Amino acid sequence: MKKVEAIIQPSRFELVKTALAEIGVEGMTVTDVRGHGRQKGHTEVYRGREYTVDLLPKIKIEMVLPDHLVDSAVQTILKAAKTGKIGDGKVFLSNVDEAIRIRNEDRGDNAL
Amino acid sequence: MSWRRSGAFCFLAGLLGSLCCFVLPVHAQTGGPQGASPAPPAAVSSPPPADRIAQLEQQIAEARSSGDNAWMLVSSALVLLMTGPGLALFYGGLVRKKNVLATMMQSFALMVLITVLWALVGYSLCFHAGNPFLGGPGYAALRGVGPLPDADYAASIPQQTFMVFQLMFAIITPALITGAFAERMKFSAMVAFMALWSFLVYDPMAHMVWGKGGLLNATLGGRVPTLDFAGGTVVHITSGVSALVCALYLGKRLGYPRAPMPPHSVVLSFAGACLLWVGWFGFNAGSALTAGSLATSAFVATHFSAAAGALGWSAAEWLRNGKPSALGAISGAVAGLVAITPASGFVGPMSALTIGLVAGLLCYWMVARVKARFGYDDSLDAFGVHGAGGTIGALLTGVFATQAINPIFKDAQGHAVAVGLLDGNARQVWNQFLGVTVAWVLSAVGTLIILKVVDLAIGLRVPEEAEIQGLDVSQHGEEGYNLEA
Repeated sequence: MKKVEAIIQPSRFELVKTALAEIGVEGMTVTDVRGHGRQKGHTEVYRGREYTVDLLPKIKIEMVLPDHLVDSAVQTILKAAKTGKIGDGKVFLSNVDEAIRIRNEDRGDNAL
Repeated sequence: MSWRRSGAFCFLAGLLGSLCCFVLPVHAQTGGPQGASPAPPAAVSSPPPADRIAQLEQQIAEARSSGDNAWMLVSSALVLLMTGPGLALFYGGLVRKKNVLATMMQSFALMVLITVLWALVGYSLCFHAGNPFLGGPGYAALRGVGPLPDADYAASIPQQTFMVFQLMFAIITPALITGAFAERMKFSAMVAFMALWSFLVYDPMAHMVWGKGGLLNATLGGRVPTLDFAGGTVVHITSGVSALVCALYLGKRLGYPRAPMPPHSVVLSFAGACLLWVGWFGFNAGSALTAGSLATSAFVATHFSAAAGALGWSAAEWLRNGKPSALGAISGAVAGLVAITPASGFVGPMSALTIGLVAGLLCYWMVARVKARFGYDDSLDAFGVHGAGGTIGALLTGVFATQAINPIFKDAQGHAVAVGLLDGNARQVWNQFLGVTVAWVLSAVGTLIILKVVDLAIGLRVPEEAEIQGLDVSQHGEEGYNLEA
């Protein structure tokens, strides 16, 4: 099993979530995050004082998937999240040693 | 028990004890007629016309008084609303999240503290006859302040109404100062400072301008008649200048000016500013002390100046930064409201627009340019808006005040004479300048003395770790937002 971690534009989130549901992805954890890669921030002015804001709001989606779903999940995310501009985000894949369902202590792919 | 707790216990016991002493005798004295107007006497067969006319005249006076009193009670409520939650929200939104409750608590604590001090002795020190600088103790514990009017101040409303209206001014004035030392002042030190400040600065200033025989009173025997309709000198200059002294004495916040400290919620500040604008109608139009056309004139002048102030600040920002901000617009409105405060019952609507516009531009310059150049940390711009706005407003009052709006000066025959510069009385501008100077000097010197005393006694600033942790947790054991709960 693999962990799929995607950091995407907040405005693309609903599309990504719907598309993943359509290919059978049933579980995910979603967090509001801030960050940047190469995308530039902006300045705000309060009562004459300037503040540079270079951490931009993004959404992070984390999923642990059985190996056979990983490729189609990644393709789905890429297709739904892409706008073509800088700031679209990234997808990271890593190996997961074990998954355990808390309710009944199922392990492995059965827990996903 | 620790020293601090036993001290607080003794203070509370003493307060309860002294209140008991006052409650019993006062009850006997102010048992006056209950209710606004006694029931009209039952008509017998047909009373003689002269009696009937006298009855009707009394009922007319009572009806007029009833209208005035209704307006004055509403005004009093509006002015209190300006402090809580108006100013609390306005200031609360401007500070960092970790200090939001502490900031709001400062305003609220003053609603509590000043009320008690006012009842015990504050009202007397302001409004009882005394010497030109301070009132006497005759109204201590509000003895004699009941349903009968005091004709020198407001002939158609109970003196108790006048007292409670003035109380709301005494509350908001020190609350304005809290903007200067936001995010770094100890709560205990603030309470001690404000109690002393009310006696040493506010009460003398209010007495001088508005009290019988006050040095600066324009109508009740002042040697230097200073026109101040609703508190440009008494409220805004005293608080603004005191704020500057506090900011300089306490020093800058840790990390200022390099570390970013943007407002944590301009939304809260926006809500507060709108409450201030609406509440200000009570502040200025209520200072007419009647519900007649002078109140209307002051109401209109207030509103126009707020709009012009917002316009001026926003225009300056738009030109300088390319975008007009919400924070700038509401700050401009407040600047306009501050400046019109002394002028509100003396000037016409077009003058009000002018005063507001000037204040919006001047205060923008003070906050966005002058503060940065001199480097002082007047955190929430109490001096930049209230000190500067109050000063320019008080001076412009001498220019624009006119007998056409308020024939306040009369000659020996009782005819109205010129009021301000536009009327032809240039001397009034000089008198305004003198009054402004008295306010500046009293505030600066008084504040410096009190700061030194409180600093020596208990220290003014929170320790570094407490300032970094935030005052909500370190001073009050609370957090403003527990949104994950």
